[in-house]
Amino acid sequence: MSLVSYEFLAFFAVAAVLYYIVPKRFQWILLLAVSFLFYAGGGVVYLLYPLITAVSTWFLALRIGKADSAAQAYIQEQKPDKEQKKAYQARIRKRKMRLMMAGILLNFGILAVLKYTNFLLGNLSVLFSPEDGAVRQISWVLPLGISYYTFQTMGYLIDVFRGRYKPERNLFRFMLFVTYFPQMISGPISCFDQLRKELFEEHSFDGTKITFGLWRILWGFFKKLVIADRLASAVAMITVSPDTYDGIYVLIGMLGYTLQLYADFSGCMDIVIGVSQCFGIRLPENFQRPFGAKNLSEFWRRWHMTLTGWFREYIFFPVSTSRFCKTVSRLAGKLGMKKGSKKLPVYIANLLVWLVTGIWHGASWNFILWGLANGIVMMVSQEFTGLYRSFHRRFPKTDGKAYGVFEKVRTGLLFAVLLMFQYYPFGTVFVMLGNLFMTGRPSQLFDGRLAGLGLTAADFIVLAVGLILVLLIGILQETGSVRLKLAEKPLVVRYTAIFLLFVMVLVAGCYGHGYDASQFIYNQF
Amino acid sequence: MRWKKPVCVLLLTLAGVTALAGIQRLLMPKYMGLVVEGNFTSEYYEETTPHDVLFLGNCEVYENISPIVLWREFGITSYIRGNAQQLIAQSYYLLEDTLRYETPAAVVFNVSAMQQFDQDNESYNRMTLDGMRWSASKWNAIRSTMMEDEHMIEYIFPILRFHSRFAELEPDDLTYFMGSGKVAHNGYYLRADVRPAGDLPVERRRSDYSFDPRAWEYLEKIRVLCEENGITFVLMKAPSLYPAWYDQWEVQIEEYASEHNLLYVNCLEVSDEIGIDFTTDTYDAGLHMNVYGAEKMARYFGPVLLALPGVKDRRGSVSDGIDLDSVWQEKCDFYDQMKASQEEEFAELGYIKQFYIQ
Repeated sequence: MSLVSYEFLAFFAVAAVLYYIVPKRFQWILLLAVSFLFYAGGGVVYLLYPLITAVSTWFLALRIGKADSAAQAYIQEQKPDKEQKKAYQARIRKRKMRLMMAGILLNFGILAVLKYTNFLLGNLSVLFSPEDGAVRQISWVLPLGISYYTFQTMGYLIDVFRGRYKPERNLFRFMLFVTYFPQMISGPISCFDQLRKELFEEHSFDGTKITFGLWRILWGFFKKLVIADRLASAVAMITVSPDTYDGIYVLIGMLGYTLQLYADFSGCMDIVIGVSQCFGIRLPENFQRPFGAKNLSEFWRRWHMTLTGWFREYIFFPVSTSRFCKTVSRLAGKLGMKKGSKKLPVYIANLLVWLVTGIWHGASWNFILWGLANGIVMMVSQEFTGLYRSFHRRFPKTDGKAYGVFEKVRTGLLFAVLLMFQYYPFGTVFVMLGNLFMTGRPSQLFDGRLAGLGLTAADFIVLAVGLILVLLIGILQETGSVRLKLAEKPLVVRYTAIFLLFVMVLVAGCYGHGYDASQFIYNQF
Repeated sequence: MRWKKPVCVLLLTLAGVTALAGIQRLLMPKYMGLVVEGNFTSEYYEETTPHDVLFLGNCEVYENISPIVLWREFGITSYIRGNAQQLIAQSYYLLEDTLRYETPAAVVFNVSAMQQFDQDNESYNRMTLDGMRWSASKWNAIRSTMMEDEHMIEYIFPILRFHSRFAELEPDDLTYFMGSGKVAHNGYYLRADVRPAGDLPVERRRSDYSFDPRAWEYLEKIRVLCEENGITFVLMKAPSLYPAWYDQWEVQIEEYASEHNLLYVNCLEVSDEIGIDFTTDTYDAGLHMNVYGAEKMARYFGPVLLALPGVKDRRGSVSDGIDLDSVWQEKCDFYDQMKASQEEEFAELGYIKQFYIQ
């Protein structure tokens, strides 16, 4: 069930009404029931995978929790000496580690098998029988949102292992954490500690929250249906036909794909967060005006924030402080790389994070190379930090607003260029970039190819208006919540603004008959 | 001033709903150009007097018989509730809908709709169903004939279906914003251009000539509904040369008619008797009759209909205080005017501008 379908709207409306009718203590049970229904809508078999993940993680986390409690009880009751305590704790830690690893291997194993087997088979067949090439693909039933709920539950398991919080004892409550329907298929990836308060608290009917939630949903629909889906077919046409769409169209495809991706994913998040807000549940934000970032690192701190946060917490920090990295760093120091040896653990962890980010996004070399390219650009940028500083010292005017805008545009373009690795084969990226700079001319916009993209003049006008609106809202957001600002305006202004937005979605949205409503891009991950 | 906010909210809501209704009206197709068939269903509700005969079916009925000639020459009051590719299920629900307003003495159903039970083009569904007034019949008509990618909500709020027309609005959308003009003559689609029947596609042999059981089910439902309401049910096959009407189909319909003691007229078999000349009486090479063919059909059918119980010559009669002659005179004038204007255009240009595809 797509988040922008009539079915979903009806489903959500019924769920919301029931949510405020049932006694508050049953609200979370209702949410669990509708989440199961939502997920089983695509086929009961789809529910099997998240249930396996939920049950196994819940059980293993409980065992980890029990081991912790047993250790505490032992220390309190037996009062062992320092040596005994240390040995006992090491034994417990080992046991906990085994339990955690069992959970991680099982669940990441499921994810890897379902998502990456065909990729692996394809590569093996090319490696061992390059003349045949083709290999029989296995058609798995790939459950929606498997990457999201797997990462979310594994984050929980690691947190319990680390003793950040106690494990959830109630299996059904934990199941709701895993399967909560608005966020399950595309995030945001939440931390159990934060989400449990929101999910299991009793929520009274709050008109303001519901109104704000509905506004946010409407804004999400606007981004998805008016902008992203309008761009989708044209962008697809450009990106799959580099031979036809070269020159200036490389730039158009690059920008189009970037805007489509942003409107699609952030629109999806607006809907998810808005729907949750209607239930009184606050989910973490996934975007913070990424196109306002002045460099790529900052961009990634503002784009898909919960995923980058997950990687930082569960891969970057553990890897960069691992014994392996320390050893490598020490060895580098001994080899005379004094300056580099300190940075080495960070760079190793950084590259690993970006490799995994690439793999997470898709089972293809395109995504892996895209991930690594991001990592490399950030490392190079890190290396040039000193140079930037001296440049700014020498040209103090570069601290002005105009330069700030330049930096934002540069970062946006860099992100867009790197995205080319996602849709062009590796070599083609460089060919197309060269082609853009060597042969790209604005006059190519009038050579008939633009008309072949299937966008009418009306589409271009709608896109222009839509993107200006997104930009304006982004600028307004810099000084605080736009919805709060709107709520302070007189009733007529408020109603008119929302009504106009509603009409734009209703009239200019790409939906209904004749449109093959595109799936959210990030639902596929 | 406690009342100020609720009143303001109410007024804004009213303004919003009105604006949305206006936008919906603007975006709905007006069917006043090349395709006028989308207006047929709704025009029925403008009728002020009852009808003795109701014709039901697809294009083979709304293009092939002239109710105006039936009135003018036989005094028969009739109406055609037919649409492009109107499915038999839709005919049934249109009959049900008609019975909410009047009970005709006879219902004539064109059997060519038996060939196809499922819709294959959403536009045809919209043209047939959008014009229906809301009732259980409309709801059921939509539910039973909706295509897989159609949604009930798009019929309830047609703006959800036609929203994308914002990019292709035409002057007609403003001209007919308040309502489309009249396009049909008691459901009859008048064409005064001529295109002789030529070589028709060769009949394709089929592996199975039996009608869809669901089509039989609805035919039976129409028959039973007529029986329950004391209406004479008549079957007809219009004299269209294409699509082919197979002998195997003919046998099945004949058997059904004889089983239920129904009158069945296959106009293809009596086309000579009717006087149809396929070089002058068709506007699209034998698929449908033009006005000359439709008038001949009416002249042939008039006496047949008059022989049915309850069907009378109503000339000089008054219905609910309304003088039928004056009502029908208006219809005749409109018919004559359109016919003359099309004839003039066709004589001058060799085609009719409104229906000319460049």
